[in-house]
Amino acid sequence: MPQLSQPHLLGIKNLTARDIELIFETADNFKNIINQPIKKVPALRDVTVANVFFENSTRTRISFELAEKRLSADIVNFSASSSSVKKGETLLDTVNNILAMKVDMVVMRHASPGAPHFLSRHIKASVINAGDGTHEHPTQALLDAYSIREKLGAIEGKKVVLIGDILHSRVALSNIFALKKLGAEVKVCGPPTLLPRHIRNLGIDVELNLRKALEWCDVANILRIQLERQQLRYFPSLREYALYYGINLSLLNSLNKKITIMHPGPINRGVELSSDAADSAHSIILDQVENGVAIRMAVLYLLAGKQA
Amino acid sequence: MQKKLILDANLLDITISRLCQQLIENHGTFAYSVILGLQPRGIYLAEIIQQRLFELCRKKVPMGYLDISFYRDDFRRREIGKVSELRIPFSLENKRVILIDDVLFTGRTVRAALDAMLAFGRPAKVELLVLIDRRYNRDLPIAPDYVGKTVNTVASQKVLVELKAQGSSQNKIWLINNP
Repeated sequence: MPQLSQPHLLGIKNLTARDIELIFETADNFKNIINQPIKKVPALRDVTVANVFFENSTRTRISFELAEKRLSADIVNFSASSSSVKKGETLLDTVNNILAMKVDMVVMRHASPGAPHFLSRHIKASVINAGDGTHEHPTQALLDAYSIREKLGAIEGKKVVLIGDILHSRVALSNIFALKKLGAEVKVCGPPTLLPRHIRNLGIDVELNLRKALEWCDVANILRIQLERQQLRYFPSLREYALYYGINLSLLNSLNKKITIMHPGPINRGVELSSDAADSAHSIILDQVENGVAIRMAVLYLLAGKQA
Repeated sequence: MQKKLILDANLLDITISRLCQQLIENHGTFAYSVILGLQPRGIYLAEIIQQRLFELCRKKVPMGYLDISFYRDDFRRREIGKVSELRIPFSLENKRVILIDDVLFTGRTVRAALDAMLAFGRPAKVELLVLIDRRYNRDLPIAPDYVGKTVNTVASQKVLVELKAQGSSQNKIWLINNP
């Protein structure tokens, strides 16, 4: 019977293409379920999930919470800002204390890359990475790839460009892994200061000219400028960034073909993406959010089944 | 492994005709009736019955596929199976539902199906049609309304349904003794 090859979801890097396909097939069924009159199924009735967020989040957290609720799991929420972490408790102590209360799965977001990997080596529960620093954000990449598959019918052979702050983006790295595994062609585009130095080693191309990148691609995934992670100044001003790398509707309309626009949110409107483009027919940003719940339900369901 | 033939192609055909006649007797014009085939194997029988009813009374009874994977009571107690498509393109509110599966064994699948159905509305009536009823094996108080054939089995035996619609070379139903 089909099963994931991994007991945790730490990153896309550890998944096989078959794993990703299995998650997509399961998500198709959950997408049907969340469009039913009654959106809840009893599958995870006897499972308790802890949502442990050491970093701020709205979308991901609500999406996970809804996915857990629609699977009938019991939930405990934990955010670092209002907890004993402030008193100096270590990560492992915090999580072990939560696990002592019989929790089966942990969804964790942490500012340090590798924190979920560390955790998974020390605890018995399944760990789902909901973003670890600038490293990976696997469920976001899964829902991005799923949304492309839904919009274009397939991923293999499609051309996807990731635009913007690649250096600080966990979404970019996870997307590159996922899209490459599924057979897409991937390029990154952005100011040279925001591109990691050895990014070509991942088997992708770099394009510095935004217009050329857009003319090439079928899908443009636009990433947020992560000002909170930038300790240096990587470009002179937001206005200048918007001028060279910002995407607006007149730019999209001037291309020789119609492309699809994605954004993992939250959008800096008027910086990397203008309002007229974000709300246009090119955009599948809200489909991404809807698919996020189905994808997270699939991941939770498959990992819970793995514990049997 | 010993195989014993329960129904051959000819008898199966007669049995399906009889089941359809019984359905017509109870449902008349099928004005408020719908068919739900249980995934993964009940859907083939459901399609055969829908087709036969169409031949008999020129009425295409609406049909849906019900998958019960997410409603099972033994998730995490055994290996998970493949999730199949769930497609019910109509509301079940006030409908007369004919639930169709190939083999009735412990009744747990039917229990989960009743649970899953409620997400699509409150049916006026639910009936259960099965091709093979394995007597003496029920875990739950569930009884079929229409039965193709009742067989006496023990838990270690298996019923193998071969239908052309499922890709088999012939329509035959076997009882298999596992040593």
